[in-house]
Amino acid sequence: MAQIKVEALDKSFGNFHAVKSASFTVEDGQFLCLLGPSGCGKTTTLRMIAGLELPTAGTIRLDGEDVTMNRASARDIAFVFQLFALYPHMNVRRNIGFPLKCEGIGPAERDRRVVEAARILRISHLLDRSVSGLAGGDRQRVALGRAIVRKPKCFLMDEPLGALDTEMREAMIHELRALHDRLGATTVYVTHDQLEAMAMADRIAVMNNGVVEQVASPRDIYDRPASLFVADFIGSPPMNFLPFRGGLQTGAEAIRLGERDVAIPAAREAMAESELVLGVRPEHVRFTDRGMVRGEVYGTEYLGTTQIVTVTTHYGALKARSPSSRSFRTGETVGLDFRPDTLSIFDKASGRAIRTALHERGTHG
Amino acid sequence: MTSATTAHSVVEPSATTRRVAGSLVVLYAIITMIPLVWIMLTAFKSPDDAISYPPKVMFKPSLEGFCNLFTTRSRQTPEFIRSLGPPQGLCDSIARDRNMVVAGPSNYVPRFVNSLIIAFGSTLLAVALGTLSAYGFSRFRVPLKDDLLFFILSTRMMPPIAVAIPIYLMYRTIGLSDTRLGMILLYTSVNVSLAVWLLKGFIDEIPREYEEAAMIDGYTRFQAFVKVVLPQATTGIAATAIFCLIFAWNEYAFAVLLTSGNAQTAPPFIPIIIGEGGQDWPAVAAGTTLFLVPIVVFTVLLRKYLLRGITFGAVRK
Repeated sequence: MAQIKVEALDKSFGNFHAVKSASFTVEDGQFLCLLGPSGCGKTTTLRMIAGLELPTAGTIRLDGEDVTMNRASARDIAFVFQLFALYPHMNVRRNIGFPLKCEGIGPAERDRRVVEAARILRISHLLDRSVSGLAGGDRQRVALGRAIVRKPKCFLMDEPLGALDTEMREAMIHELRALHDRLGATTVYVTHDQLEAMAMADRIAVMNNGVVEQVASPRDIYDRPASLFVADFIGSPPMNFLPFRGGLQTGAEAIRLGERDVAIPAAREAMAESELVLGVRPEHVRFTDRGMVRGEVYGTEYLGTTQIVTVTTHYGALKARSPSSRSFRTGETVGLDFRPDTLSIFDKASGRAIRTALHERGTHG
Repeated sequence: MTSATTAHSVVEPSATTRRVAGSLVVLYAIITMIPLVWIMLTAFKSPDDAISYPPKVMFKPSLEGFCNLFTTRSRQTPEFIRSLGPPQGLCDSIARDRNMVVAGPSNYVPRFVNSLIIAFGSTLLAVALGTLSAYGFSRFRVPLKDDLLFFILSTRMMPPIAVAIPIYLMYRTIGLSDTRLGMILLYTSVNVSLAVWLLKGFIDEIPREYEEAAMIDGYTRFQAFVKVVLPQATTGIAATAIFCLIFAWNEYAFAVLLTSGNAQTAPPFIPIIIGEGGQDWPAVAAGTTLFLVPIVVFTVLLRKYLLRGITFGAVRK
């Protein structure tokens, strides 16, 4: 197993700049998710780590060794594809044993390791079946078998659950995480699904337009987003944004929002007067008659124990999470209040989060 | 809703539709088969039966056509024939009934062998080159890819006969005229465009993940191509090979112009038989019947690869 260090990685396809100076480190045994919308460069980044694409600039180190320009087969990694990429002309046993055959390992040793991998993935009973008859989840297990059978330095997975139906996907999320805990393998996992990333990852790297916006633990990504994009992309519904104009002194504990002061985590840097954005998670919005923001209830979405209430305000539509027990009437005027210690402030022009006391409490990541 | 209203599928054809469609297919098959069957029957007729009117469907089979195809004969006086010993085999005795003796083998066998070498040689080359270039066009960023592909296709837009005379002159200059190698190269160049286009379609359908997985598992790109891409492209390769072989096997115009004594193929030879001593239709029919055999055998041998396409599906799209 190994540490993966990606430094200032760049990739252009003709005029298209797919990955812009991406840097992150995956520690030995860590599970890192590359998360982002489609076209953000996450798969390209993964393919460069695998050696399926050569970077335009930057370096990739596996356990300290520079492998940037090495052939894929010389890197000792395993790759799990979204489309499973099982060879249709081979049965399950031969598919799993294929990487070992490529390495020139003898039939006896090969069979021992194939059986071991099949046992870990609980597909021993399928070994002599043809891959074309298998269900989606079983195919993905065979693809995983082909990855783990070689005991590589790390696993790279490109949306491996993307082709599965919801039910199978949830089961596989737990299986994959359990497999990772058991093997302790360094893993880089690409997905556009934040739930997958949140459920599995030790750390998440959020990418957008080829840029790594934030690398942190799932909790930090959620509670302390580093940019407007991350705050908007993570969470369902996403963070509410209230634009305002103002400046910040270091140590300031409130901002001026309209006519009222709103308490915020103490600022740790100064901001000149400029366009800023206050970010509030829906679950940190409270309904109170003395609320600092007033608005009209536009509609509610029932989610079981909670409901999402959309309120039209002076700052646009805000979404609030509230217990389902409370009932709202459409058109009803309500007052809203925010939990001060959880608020984020962003610079609107750069999208960057302004450092506040919020960023000091975290021990994660 | 009464019980008379039974559910019927809009996808599955009804029994009547099936029967009508089946009969049409059988009818069409019969119409296309009649000329072939007639040629085969004629091959086993005696020359008299072959030209009798009304045409005979029932007749006494004879191997005279095949004998005349494989031998050359000379006419002799009955006295001379009687002075010879007993006939040397079946063909000799058939010839003697017509006051002739077998003078030697005809050119059919060498022409047939030329056809085999040239057709299979050019098919092999065209499919090999076509597979490699189709893979390149399918997988790599080739500069001017679309223009190159169009250029390759454009070589087929002209009727082959339009370039026959320039090729004849060029071949004469460089000494490829009337050689098997010359014909192999010529048919390869005609077929390779077809092969590239057909195979590119098939290879585009094979997901890249297969090769990429193999490359990560330790193969070089060439090994991945040979061991992973080729087995999955067999359907396309088989279909392409059949098309190329049929073209090269049947080609007539170039063969007439560019070959004579040495590298002549069967298609220009078969009509020559007509001229030798009257219109010997059974011999022509025998030559044609045998000429059909290699294509039929080749297609039957490759049939299982053509059908294998159906079982693919280990990749979910």
